[in-house]
Amino acid sequence: MSEALKVLGEHVASAQPEAVTGWDIAHGELTIAIYRDRIEEVLTWLRDDPACKFTTLIDICGVDYPQRAERFEVVYHLLSMHQNHRIRVKLSTDEESAVPSVHGVYPVADWFEREAFDMYGIIFSGHPDLRRLLTDYGFEGYPLRKDFPLTGYVEVRWDEEEKRVVYEPVELVQEYRDFDFMSPWEGAKYVIPGDEKAEG
Amino acid sequence: MADDQITNEAPRKFTLNFGPQHPAAHGVLRLVLELDGEVVERVDPHIGLLHRGTEKLLEHKTYLQGIGYFDRLDYVAPMNQEHAFCMAAERLAGITVPKRGQYVRVLYCEIGRVLNHLLNVTTQAMDVGALTPPLWGFEEREKLMVFYERASGSRMHAHYFRPGGVHQDLPPQLIQDIRDWCDQFPAKLDDIDALLTENRIFKQRNVDIGVVTKEDVLAWGFSGVMVRGSGLAWDLRRSQPYEVYDELDFQIPVGKNGDCYDRYLCRMEEMRESVKIMIQCCDWLMKEENAGEVLATDSKFSPPRRAEMKRSMEALIQHFKLYTEGVHVDEGEVYACVEAPKGEFGVYLVADGTNKPYRLKIRAPGFPHLAAMDFMNRGHMLADVSAILGSLDIVFGEIDR
Repeated sequence: MSEALKVLGEHVASAQPEAVTGWDIAHGELTIAIYRDRIEEVLTWLRDDPACKFTTLIDICGVDYPQRAERFEVVYHLLSMHQNHRIRVKLSTDEESAVPSVHGVYPVADWFEREAFDMYGIIFSGHPDLRRLLTDYGFEGYPLRKDFPLTGYVEVRWDEEEKRVVYEPVELVQEYRDFDFMSPWEGAKYVIPGDEKAEG
Repeated sequence: MADDQITNEAPRKFTLNFGPQHPAAHGVLRLVLELDGEVVERVDPHIGLLHRGTEKLLEHKTYLQGIGYFDRLDYVAPMNQEHAFCMAAERLAGITVPKRGQYVRVLYCEIGRVLNHLLNVTTQAMDVGALTPPLWGFEEREKLMVFYERASGSRMHAHYFRPGGVHQDLPPQLIQDIRDWCDQFPAKLDDIDALLTENRIFKQRNVDIGVVTKEDVLAWGFSGVMVRGSGLAWDLRRSQPYEVYDELDFQIPVGKNGDCYDRYLCRMEEMRESVKIMIQCCDWLMKEENAGEVLATDSKFSPPRRAEMKRSMEALIQHFKLYTEGVHVDEGEVYACVEAPKGEFGVYLVADGTNKPYRLKIRAPGFPHLAAMDFMNRGHMLADVSAILGSLDIVFGEIDR
C-alpha cells in the first residue's frame, strides 16, 4: 500500500514540479503540499491524469494555526474510484489572500468552499456565490477560528413582549472553564502558560 | 373576465419557500424555489438551522467525551458515525481492535444500516403519498432500537464504540434475540416490498425522476447509494475493507438508471444483505471458541477492569486519569472513513499531542448530496422536489453539524 503511494507521490511531484512544495506519507496516507495559486491546475491534472484519476472531491476544509505567518491551511481530500486510492492536497493562506476556487473542476466544491468561508473567512476567488452557509442570517465572525470563543458572542431568546426573537450578548452564569491537564512530567511540547515567568 | 386575464398572461414566475416547517423537508431544510408555473428553475437550499457547532465543541472535549457528539450527527444510524471517529483515533494511537470487538462493531453498524434504510425507504414512500409503510417500518425500527438499548443503555445516543473496540461485551441472550430477529425480518421486508415496489403511484412518482449519470456522480462527490443507484459498484466495505468485512459474505446491490426508484430498490436490497451480515456476525459471536475481549487491553484508551481496580493502585490511577484528563494522542493527521448508510462518512482528525483534537472535520455524506439539489431539480415539477429530496436520504443532524 505505502509502496504504491510512494510511486504515486513521486509521480505527482515529478509531473507538477512548479506547484508541489513537498509530499509525505504518514499513517498510510499521501499528503502533498502545493502553492496556493496552482490549486486549480493541480486538481485538474490530478483529475485527468490516467495514473491518478482523482475524479471525486471528498472534502475541502480549513484548519487554523494562528501562530503561523499564513494562518490557514486549506485541505482537499480526493478519491479515485478507478484506481482505488486517496490523496490529500494542502495549501496555506491568510485572511486577505484569496484561494482560487475549484468549482470549475469539481462542481461540488461550491458548497465546501462556502462552508470554509463561513467557518474561517477564507476567501475563494472566482467563486460564483460566496455566501454564508451554516451560520445564522446576519451572523458576524468566523466561528471555527481559534480566537473565536466556544460560547460565541450573542445568544437568542424569544421575547414575550416584543413577540419576536431577540439577540443579546452572551451572559454566562458561571465562566466557561477550560481545564489544562498538562502534567509537568509528560506534558505538551508547547510552552505551558506561566512557564515563561521562570526564566525572567 | 378574470379567468381570461390569467390565460393571456405570460407564464408566471414566482418564488416559493419550501420548509423549514414542512413534513417532506426531512427536518429543518429551507428551500427557496424559483418556479416557472409548476416547473422548478432554481433551488437554493438554506441550511444551518440545526447547526450546533459540533466541530468547535469537539476541539474542547477529550477523545472519549467526543464520541457522544457523533451519535447526534446522523441520529438515524448513530453507531456508524462513532465508528469513523474511533477508527481515526485508533489509527493515530496505533491500536488494534480485538477480533470479537470488530464483529460486535460490524453487527451494530449493520443494525444501523437497517435502521437508516427502514426510515428512509418508508418516509420516501410517505413523501409521495403512502402512509402505511412508515407504520410497518417503524415497528421494526423500534425492535432494533431495543437492541441498541440492551447493548449500550440508550436507544439512540449510544456512546458504545470506543477507540480500541466497544465498551462492553454483548450478553448471550441479546445475541440470540438479534439472531431471532434476523429470521423474521425478511418477511416484514417482503410486506413493504409488496406495498411499494410494483405500486403504480409509487412508480409514477419515482421512475425517471432525479436521474444522475455516472459523470454527475463523480463531479458532485456523491457516495453510498447515490453512487450505486447509478450503476457504479462502489462500496467502502468491499473496496477499502475495514474491520472484518473482507471475511463476510455479502453482495453490493447496484442500480441501472440512477433515478429515485433505483435508489429505493438499492436500499431495499441492501437491507437484505445487511441481515445476511448480521446473521454471520451473530453466529460467529455465539461460538464458544470466539469468546474474548471486546476492547483492546493494551492501550491507554481502555479502562482497567473493575476487579483489578480493587487491588491495584496503578489501575485506580489509570481509571481516574482516563476519565478526567483522557488520553494524549500523538501529533499527526488522519482521514478515516466508513460506509455509513447514507454514504461515505469521514473524519479528518488533526491531533497536536494533547488530550483533545486540534481540528476535527466531519465529512457528512448528505452534504454534497444536498449541494446537488439545484442541479438535480432543474426542469422537474414542484411535486418531484419532495420525491428527489426523499431519495437523497437527508438528515440534518449530519449536514448542519
